[in-house]
Order: sequence, then structure tokens, then C-alpha cells
Amino acid sequence: MSPQRASKVVAEEAGEPTGGRLERLMATKEIIVACGPGGVGKTTTAAALGAEMAARSGGRVLVLTVDPARRLADALGMGGLGNEARQVPPEAFAAAGVRPRGELWAAMLDTAASWDALVRRHAPDPATVSRILANPLYRNITGRFARSHEYIAMERLHELRAEGRYDLLIVDTPPSNDALDFLDAPERMAEFFGSGLLRWLVAPYRSRLLNLASRPFYQVADRILGTEFLKDIAEFFLLFQQMYDGFIRRARGVGQMLRDPATTFMVVTTLEPAPAGEALRLAGELERRGLQLGLLVANKALPASFEEPDATRVAEQLVRHSAELAQAMAEGTTRLPAALSDPARLARVLAGVGESFSNFRAVAQREATLLEELAEVHEVAVTVPHLARDVVDLPGLLEVGRHLFAPPEGARALPARRSRGGRPSGGSRADAPGGDASRPPRDAPKDA
Amino acid sequence: MTPLLERRLLFVTGKGGVGKTTIAAALGLLAASLGKRALVCEAEPRGALSAAYECERTGFEPLKVSSGLYAMSMDTEASLREYLKLNLRLPTAGRIGPVAHAFDFVATAAPGVREILTVGKLCWEVRERHYDLVIVDAATTGHFIGELAAPVGINELVRVGAVRSQTDWMLEILSDPAQTGVCIVATPEETPVNEALELAGRLEGETGVALAAVIANRVLPELFGRGDEEAFEALAGTSARRRLAAVLAGAQGSRRDAAAVDAVIEAARLAIRVRRGGAEHLTRLRESVPAQVPLLYLPYLFGRSHGPRAIRQVADTLAEELGQ
Repeated sequence: MSPQRASKVVAEEAGEPTGGRLERLMATKEIIVACGPGGVGKTTTAAALGAEMAARSGGRVLVLTVDPARRLADALGMGGLGNEARQVPPEAFAAAGVRPRGELWAAMLDTAASWDALVRRHAPDPATVSRILANPLYRNITGRFARSHEYIAMERLHELRAEGRYDLLIVDTPPSNDALDFLDAPERMAEFFGSGLLRWLVAPYRSRLLNLASRPFYQVADRILGTEFLKDIAEFFLLFQQMYDGFIRRARGVGQMLRDPATTFMVVTTLEPAPAGEALRLAGELERRGLQLGLLVANKALPASFEEPDATRVAEQLVRHSAELAQAMAEGTTRLPAALSDPARLARVLAGVGESFSNFRAVAQREATLLEELAEVHEVAVTVPHLARDVVDLPGLLEVGRHLFAPPEGARALPARRSRGGRPSGGSRADAPGGDASRPPRDAPKDA
Repeated sequence: MTPLLERRLLFVTGKGGVGKTTIAAALGLLAASLGKRALVCEAEPRGALSAAYECERTGFEPLKVSSGLYAMSMDTEASLREYLKLNLRLPTAGRIGPVAHAFDFVATAAPGVREILTVGKLCWEVRERHYDLVIVDAATTGHFIGELAAPVGINELVRVGAVRSQTDWMLEILSDPAQTGVCIVATPEETPVNEALELAGRLEGETGVALAAVIANRVLPELFGRGDEEAFEALAGTSARRRLAAVLAGAQGSRRDAAAVDAVIEAARLAIRVRRGGAEHLTRLRESVPAQVPLLYLPYLFGRSHGPRAIRQVADTLAEELGQ
């Protein structure tokens, strides 16, 4: 499958290609956290980055994914599910025509199993472990409680990092109502289990004495939920509180890990108003939290050729003068292919081609505007074009991976990040000489 | 099967990014234009609904968007406050304050309590007949079952008390296909269709709520008919391209024209390829959706895809698709 060709990528600064900057960024990173709005190809991009890194670098790469499309999971050898990391067989790379320098491993996040492991690790004794695991609320909480996924994703990441078995960890964050929930999850968890309010809530069940202050609350709660349910809750938290210190320690560890210079975030988006707006918001949130947004990926971007004036002019002519053009083509000295012998049909096709171009051009222009807005926030940014087919196997992932590192001719150029000053970051931004050189015109060197 | 807009409560779900909000907003607009009193509620208050209608930021208190059309954003705390006021006759916000705070913790701890406040508020609007139709821009497919199954789950966990009786009447509304239904939105792509089909398969069994419609969004038009496609392939050949470039440039065919023709032809190829890829997924969708469930098609909007104009266009297409 061939990528769309049209024009050359604008080198981000001083002639340095985006691919080179990504390579340099990746050289200093050990953890990549992929985040972004739903439906933009986040999982695929995370897996593609992993596959490409395994192919080009000598290390061991693990992609920890949450809920991959089934065919993609099969392609990565994760068909059997489970928390166990598995290596993508080198033969799969060979079949894709690539000899990997490193290893690609993949694991899926099994929330329930990870919670059980967490309880086993932090609970003071086996009796507590079995009481927690048997509590009716426990499964409910760990299985259904949305934020528990986010918490456990960070927890797993921390564990994998501590094990030290991988050179690069790429984690795909859970599809979330709020894509950054996972950042707060460890802290919120710790806060929750350490709160005085929780102690106050469970106190009566511990002492069997209702104090005067809490009585009105229990009367209300009783009427809403019933005593038995409250007791279940209380017991659950009493048990869970014993793991409090472990939680706190871990939450702090996770926070440190995310702020570590070896960690960077990757925001993936498409160039549609809603996802791009969400991506911008995410970028702002990351900055507010002092976390590094190292890489921005604009997925499924239309090629830059849609904005070329010559092509636009041709498309307009095709629509406006389709009949005359068809006639003129038929009158040439050499014979046209048989399929084009009917001038009416040829005219229809010419008009259709022109119409289609104009339609997509409108979309491409909206994309361009969004790209300019996104240019505000990224360190390294790349676009991945619409590919000929869905990415569901290793060759597909490697193709996306190649686009990430070396955008083909015709990939849309991303303007460099505007200097906003002051913010420390891992992505180097050399000051290019001369005027507002940090931001070259979008359509600078276009023709190949 | 009850016609879509004759129901009282519609949940619009789908994989993230497929256009749920646009479609929920359009369904509301359509219902209102048919003379109904409609409430559209975004379950996750992110301002997407006010962006769609270009109205002021929606809150828990429904906002009148236009004649017969109201919009709100869910707010579980406000919902709890309202619930306590209505059910327990707790008088002032001041006294509810600390209880709400404590309840917040219980809600965090006991899964489903938060969801039940969301779904409960919507069911309550239906029960009280404040609106003819309540449309929910609901959670994405991944979270949807959890949200909608909460009343069932709570009903199993909580045996007595006010919550129990609330879930009882909620389940009555939710499980009545004449009143409540789910619209699943998918775009013609691999994962959105997979998630739509998976949800369609699990929906009734796990939540008791009926599937009301499947909506295929952003369907690309067919560029050429069968014979014309063959002609396009011929046109895309080198000699025909050159001829076109020469004809366009007049006598002295320039290189610029050749490049421009190439770009335009390649763009058409891209359009055909994207459309063809999508068609496979649409076929899969069509073949797997139960025959009695309407499958509605909405075209890709090349013009503006957001804002009131787009909402109006989608509403008009939905009206045609529904035969309104």
C-alpha cells in the first residue's frame, strides 16, 4: 500500500525533520503514556510506536493496552487475554519484512486480576486477603467502578517499571469519560482511604456505638440504603483501610513516576473539531500538572495536496467544464482507453472527481485550522495519513510506526510549536535565527 | 416495534468520537419540530451539548433552547440534592450539605449509586411527564452497560429502603420497550462497528433495556456507479491523465497541470478507498442488526460538521430516514 504523495513535510526547525526529533525524544524516554479522546486510534498508535521502537532500537518494548480491537489483539498475540505479557514472535516481524533489533512484548490490562494482586500485596495477612476477596462489594467496586480501571493502569505501570524488565513501556490509557482521570486516580484513592470522613463513617460499625454527631447521618443513610448495605460498605472499608499505608506509598510512587524526566505523554487525536478540542484541553491539563507532553499525533490526516491552488483550480474546471473537457479529450490524436469512449460517461466521471476533491478540500481546510491550534502545544508532532485499510496486524502497525518516525512525502506539515516561554520541557527547541523562525509558514516548501 | 420518537426515554450511545452528541442534539431538535416537548441531557457535563446548539452553557436546570426544546447537563450532586429534597423532604441546602458530602463518599464506594442518581433523574423526568421525550447523550459503549445496569445491580445489593423502591420503579420504566430504548451510533469503521454490535448483543440481557435503533453516521457517498468506476480507473491511467492535463493546459501542456491532475486523481482514489473500506463495515452492521431494529444512515457532512447548521441537517436526514 502506498502512502498518499503530494508534498514534503516542513522541517520543524532549522531543517531538522520531525522524524529525527521523535527519534531523539524517544532516546531519552522509558515510559510513554498515550492519552487522547476516544475513537482517534490511540490504541493503534501506541501499539505502532511500540512495534516501530522494537524494530529500530535494540531494547525490549512492552505495550500495555487496555481494550484493543480483537483483530489487533490477535495480531499482537494477546488473543488469550490475561495480565501476562507475551512476546510478539520475531517471525511475525519477519513476515512483515522487518528484522527487529529489539523485542516487542504486549500485555493487556486485566482489571480484576490486577486488583486481586494488589490486595494480596498490600493486605497484612492471608485472612484479610480472603475476607476482602469474599466481600460482595469488592468485585462490584473493582469491576464496575470506572476509576478503578484508571487506578489499576497506573498501578500496573508502576509495577512493570519497578520490575525493570523492559527498556520502554508504552501504556495506552483506558477509554475514559474524562481522559485524564487516571492522573488523579492514585491520589484520589489515597485521599479516600485516608479520609477522616471514611473513618467517621465506619466508626459506628467498629465500636457499635453511635455518637450523637453521626446519628442524623445514619438515620438518613438508613432510610436511603438500608442498614445491611451500610454494614457491607463499612466492613469493606475497614478491611481496605488496613492497606492504607501501602496505597499511600504507591500513589506517591506513581506520581513520581509520571513526573520523571524519563516519562512523557503522547496525545493522539484526529483533526475533527471535537477530538482536537479535547486534545487541546488535555494538553493544557498536562501542562498545569507539570507533566511533559512530548508527542502529539494527528491521526488520519488528509494529505496537504488538498490545499494546493493548482489542484484546486483543476478540480473546479473539472466540475464546471466536464462536458467540454470530455469532448476535447475524445478529439485527441491517440485513442482513449475503451472505458472512456463514451463522452457522457467521461464527463460524469470528470465532474465526480472534481466534486469529490472540492468536498474533501473543505474538510482538509478545517483540518489545517485545527492543526494550527494544536501547534501551540506540542513538542514533537507528527501526522499519520488515512491508510488504505484498517490497521489490524503487525505490518499495519509497522506502517503507522514508519509514518511516525519518517512522515512520507505528502504528509501534512505541522507547524512548530510557538514559543511560550518559561516552560521547562524535555523536547529541545533550538532557537532558529531570523524573525519568527519558530513558526514557519504552513505551506512553505511544498513541492517535492 | 414502537416508533423511535414515540418512546419517552432514549439513550444515545456509541464508541467515543462517533457523533453521539450531534445525533442526540438532532433527535431533540427533530422531536421539538414535530411538536413534542423534548429534553436533551448530556450525561457527562463537558459542554458538548451547548457547543452543538451554540447556546449558553447547560447546567442541571434545563435550559430552553428553542420552542419545545430543552437542554441540560447531568450533575450528580445536584441530582442527589433534588432527590433528597423530593424523597426525604430534607428542607434546605444548608442541611443537605454535609450529608451530600458524606454521600459523595458512599457513592464513590458503592458503585452504582452515582449512576443511579443519573439514570434516576432521567427516569423521574419521564415518570413525572415533564417532557414528552427525554434524550440522553449517554456514556460511550465501554461505560454504557455499567451505567444502565446500575439499577439492576443496586436492586440486588440493596434489599430495603428508599433506594430500593426507587430502583423498582426505575426498572419498570427502563425495561418497558414502549417507553425506553437505546440508539447505538457507529461510524463505518472497524472498532465502532465492533463495539456497536457487541453492545447490541449484551444490552437487553444485562440491562433489560431494549435496542431502539442503530445509526450509521458519517457514511460517505458513492463516488461512481459500477460502470463509471471502470471509467475512472481508465482515467487514472498514465496516458489518460496526460491527455487530461494537456487538454486543461491548452496547447502547451505544463508540468504544473500534470502534477495538479495527479493530485486530483489521487484524491479521488483516497475517497474511493475510504468509502470502500467503510462499505465493508456497513455490510457487517446491516447483517448483524436484528431485522426489526431500524438501521438509519446519516451522510458524512463535508460542510460544517458541528453547530446548529449541522444539527439541523442531521435532524432533517433523520426525519427522512424515520419517514416523518
